[in-house]
This record gives sequence, structure tokens and C-alpha cells, in this order.
Amino acid sequence: MTSRDKILADVRKSQPPVSSLPDMQVWENKGQANANVIDTFKMVAANVGGKVIIINKLDEVRGHLNFIPGSRVLTTIPALFDVAGNAADYTDAMPHELENVELAILPAEFGVAENSALWVTETQMGTRVLPFICQHLALVVNAADIVPDMHAAYLRTQGTDNGFAAFIAGPSKTADIEQSLVLGAHGPRSLIVFVVTP
Amino acid sequence: MKHHADLAEVFNKDEERVDWHDETLWWVRQKRDKASHQIPDWEELRETASQIKLNVLSDLANYLEQFEKQAIANGVTVHWAADAKEHNQIVHAILQEHGITQMVKSKSMLTEECHLNHYLEEQGIGVIDSDLGERIVQLANEPPSHIVLPCIHKKKEEIGEIFHEHLGSKKGEDDPQILTETARTHLRSTFLTRKAALTGVNFAVAETGEFVVCTNEGNADMGAHLADVHIASMGIEKLIPQRKHLGVFLRLLTRSATGQPITTYSSHFKKPRPGQQMHLILVDNGRSIQLGREDFRNSLKCIRCGACMNTCPVYRRSGGHSYHTAVAGPIGSILAPNLDMKQYADLPFASTLCGSCSNVCPVKIDIHDQLYKWRQVIIKEGYGDKKKTLAMQAMAFTLSNPSAYRIAGKAGRVVMKYAPFAVNNSLNPWYKQRDMPKPPKQSFGEWYSEHRK
Repeated sequence: MTSRDKILADVRKSQPPVSSLPDMQVWENKGQANANVIDTFKMVAANVGGKVIIINKLDEVRGHLNFIPGSRVLTTIPALFDVAGNAADYTDAMPHELENVELAILPAEFGVAENSALWVTETQMGTRVLPFICQHLALVVNAADIVPDMHAAYLRTQGTDNGFAAFIAGPSKTADIEQSLVLGAHGPRSLIVFVVTP
Repeated sequence: MKHHADLAEVFNKDEERVDWHDETLWWVRQKRDKASHQIPDWEELRETASQIKLNVLSDLANYLEQFEKQAIANGVTVHWAADAKEHNQIVHAILQEHGITQMVKSKSMLTEECHLNHYLEEQGIGVIDSDLGERIVQLANEPPSHIVLPCIHKKKEEIGEIFHEHLGSKKGEDDPQILTETARTHLRSTFLTRKAALTGVNFAVAETGEFVVCTNEGNADMGAHLADVHIASMGIEKLIPQRKHLGVFLRLLTRSATGQPITTYSSHFKKPRPGQQMHLILVDNGRSIQLGREDFRNSLKCIRCGACMNTCPVYRRSGGHSYHTAVAGPIGSILAPNLDMKQYADLPFASTLCGSCSNVCPVKIDIHDQLYKWRQVIIKEGYGDKKKTLAMQAMAFTLSNPSAYRIAGKAGRVVMKYAPFAVNNSLNPWYKQRDMPKPPKQSFGEWYSEHRK
């Protein structure tokens, strides 16, 4: 008998009679009622160490970028290819080559007001390691794509098929030393979220 | 054999540190309260989570098969480990196959439970823990003392000393900002040079075959996305039915753990990246037995947030190491006796049964009830404290025998009056941290017979 069969047999022997799943629709409906998502998003993002900048159109991102000239900047947003390299060029490369990226500017599929998390898919990352290995991260999201809570967030992901995707909320951080909050643990030291509000 | 009370006594020698430990964890508990109060339907959310987990436990075999099928279809290699030993052997075999002798690991309480690091070191494989807190305790050659805050028992001065010795930071440096920067430099070079990364799993989705790993530091992602081989280890109870159920658990997890609205990163791993191998190990290690224990199966709902530890008056004042098991605190005390009832017979007694753990548990595990029930099982199975059993027998005899009761009462009053040193000494555990009361002149019985006329 393989361990697989043994585990499954042991579990079958031990598990109680099947109990039903709760109705998730109740939760999905609750989120719809919540207005003012942008304000909530801004407030929560600031609380977790991020910075939110409201812009009217994508072009305005440029005016807010502040990095050392000559440092390495990558993006997957074609409109910014004049100021940053195309991150998608590295999809099949060794991820280690991104070690010295100073800034990555990536689009997010949508944001979540209750925790300021942004859903970024593998395609939007260009390559998986990029939003983690860069020194600073900027994410761009449309104001219309900010949903109230996590229930609404997972509704948005329904039917999608990403090899990898992540919710990102704030810069990389730790409080492991005497509960003192330090930004920039292993990943980005800062996060700027551009909310495009036409 | 290790005993919670003895180990707690060691921790309690430094009163100032105990106070600091107590206050730090209570502060985390308060942050949890604040965060949970911001969700108007918090209690319903806990109830929903509890029901989802109950459904998972009641249909676990089917969910496991469904998950396996989906994960394989996604290109993930799925392994099954009946116990800790098999888990460790699987990890070792994967590393051997690729000729890898060094691995980076993000937080995984399961690998602590399996003593993976120790096993791999014996096989000549070096493991570096990449969570900052875990790296600190690893350098100090200690196990984590808390599942979410691994080095919560350490002062920054001690961490500075450890970093000075191992990572070359300046002697006497104790600024958390600078120490974290030192670790960042050290660990980034580790991530870039390791070909294998092991991560834990917070949740795995049966419907899609994906798994979710939550970190604040980004260490799981730095490890996994830079490595040729990603190994993820999970207990079989980590499954949830569908992706939409993640919404419930991600809302609860960090609010309960640290009071954050969500971790910085909630990474959803589904398929290996091109050229990468992704392995997933499903581990039983006693979980199917616990599932069969009707009184204790709910303990498998645990999502490892640590809220029960932060609120526990015993944990806060005795420290995580006093529990001598990978998962400390109230939840650890109901999980560990399932693994080894004799070795962990002391743990269900390391509680005041105040019930605070059950009140904060995001999946509504009846932790304090289970602690009480384990006590009964342990005594019945003969693993109870022998001294306590004798004392209880003597007490039962005295209380059920009126003349013995009167003699004992009288003797007690006389001894406390004329020979207080016989009870006011370290042999009497009640004398620790408190003075014995002044003996009354007479018993209630004597007073009553005097006054009833």
C-alpha cells in the first residue's frame, strides 16, 4: 500500500459525516453595498506603509518617478517604455538577472479597499520575481477597478487561470526585532500606488 | 522528560523579561482586537470560516484527491508523506536528484514539526531559514518560540550580539533598522545562490490545485522565484474547497495574527514557471488520527495565526519554549498530545482554562474545552502526574471521611500557627510567589457548633 492510499484510507475512516458548506453569496452581496472604496483604499494603503498618488491619466506617472539617473527601471506598461525597459523581455531569462533593478512599474488587475491589496498577475509582472526583487515598486490601478473587499476580489478572479499571481499590500516589511516595524525586509523598500482616476 | 512547569520556572527567573514578554504579546492581542472590530460582521466571518473548515474535514479524502488531480494537471509533482520521516526523506530525495546541497526555506511550522533542518543537516545539506525571526533563532541555535513571531522572546541587544558574531555587524549595534538591513544583505545573497527553496503553505485550493503562501517580508517569493526547484510542504488539513473561500480566510488570518488587514504578500502558486520544478508534499503525520478523535478533530481547523498564544495568560508568562513542541501555546497543547500523549502529557495542564483562546480563535476552535478533555484522556490513559494523582487520592479520602477531614483541618491550623516554616518553604509549591494565609482560630464546623444555640 502506498502512503497515498494509506493516508486516503485513514482519512476516510476518520472523517465525520459530510457537513454542508456555508453560502458565500451572502458575503459577496455585502461588499456591493460598500461605497467610498477609494477613500478607504487610500487610508489603508498609508497605514501599511504605502503611498497613494491619484493621477488623471497614465502619462502622469512619469512626473512622479524619483530614481537615481542611470539606475535600472523595468515596466510592463508599453506607454512607459521610453523611461523604463520592458520587463517581459526577461520572462524566459534567469530571474537572477533582475537582482539590480531599482524600480519596477507594473499594472495591477484590481485593488481591494479593505486592505489596500493589489492583485498582480504573472503576465503583469513580466517575470515572477520582479515585484519582489526590485528595490522600489510602483503599481498602477484604475480607480474603477478598486473593489470593496476580499469576497468581491475573488469574484473578480473567477474564471482566470494564472500560473502565479499575488496580492501585494505595501512594501516588504518585518517586525521580528522587538516588534519594531522596519520597511524593506527582503523585497521593495517602498510602494507607490498610482490610482488612475479619469 | 521535559515538563512545562519546570521550563516555565526557568523562564520566570528573569521577572523583568517576563513582564516585557507579557506586555509585548498583549499589545499584539490589542492590535488584533482593533482590527477585528473594524469588520462589522467579524463574528459571522469566524462562524463561516469554522463551517468551511468543518466541511473540509468531513470530506477531506475527496478534496485531497481533487486537489492532487488539479495540481498534477498544473504541472506540479505531488508527493504523499504518512509521517515526518517520510516527508524528510522525500525532500532529501528531491534535492539529491538535482545534486543540491544547500537550500533556502521560508516559514513552515510543518518542517519544524518534522525536524527537517536537523535531518537534512545529518545528510550533509545546509538549510538557511529566510524569515528574519526564524533566521535569528536559527543562528542562536534555538527553535522558534512563537509560530508567527519566532523570536519574540529575544531582546534587540541579544539579536545584535548574534548578528555581530555570525553576520559581522558592528559590536553593540541594536537598532532594528540597521540589523534588518544586515539580514537583508545576507539573505539576498542567499536567495541568489540557492537552487532549491522550500516554502510552507497557508491554504491550498482543491478546486484549482493552487496554493497560497502569506508573508510580510517577501522571503517565500524571493526563494521560490529564484530557485530551480520549489518544494512546498503542507499538512493535509490546509485544504479549502474553492478559491472564493480564500476571501474568508485571508480576511481573518492577519487580523487575528498581528492586527494587519492582510500580509504584504499573498502569493498564489499554481504552475511552475518555465524551466522550474514545483513539488508539493502532502503530510499526514498524525492528522488522520486526530481527525478520528471526535472531541479533538476541530483542532485541525487551525490556520496558525497565533492569536491563542498572544492572548494566553500562561503562554505570555511562560514563553514559547516552555511548551517543548513546534507549535506552542493553547493550540499546540491540544495538537501535541495526539502526536505523543506521554511526551506531551503536561501540556493540556499548562492552562488556566480561562477560555480566552477560544474567544479569539478565527475558526472558532473550542480550544479550552479540548484542553480540559485532554486532561481527562491523559489521566485515564495513565500519563498523569503521579504526585498529583496521589495528592488527589489523599484529598478524596479526606473530603469523604468526616473524622479524617476534622483531624486534617486541625493539624493544618496547628502547623501553620506554631510551625509556619513547615509550609513556608520552597518544598510547598503554593508558597512560590505568595505568602501562606494566617490560620483561622477555629474551623467553620467548630464555630457553627459554638454559635448555633
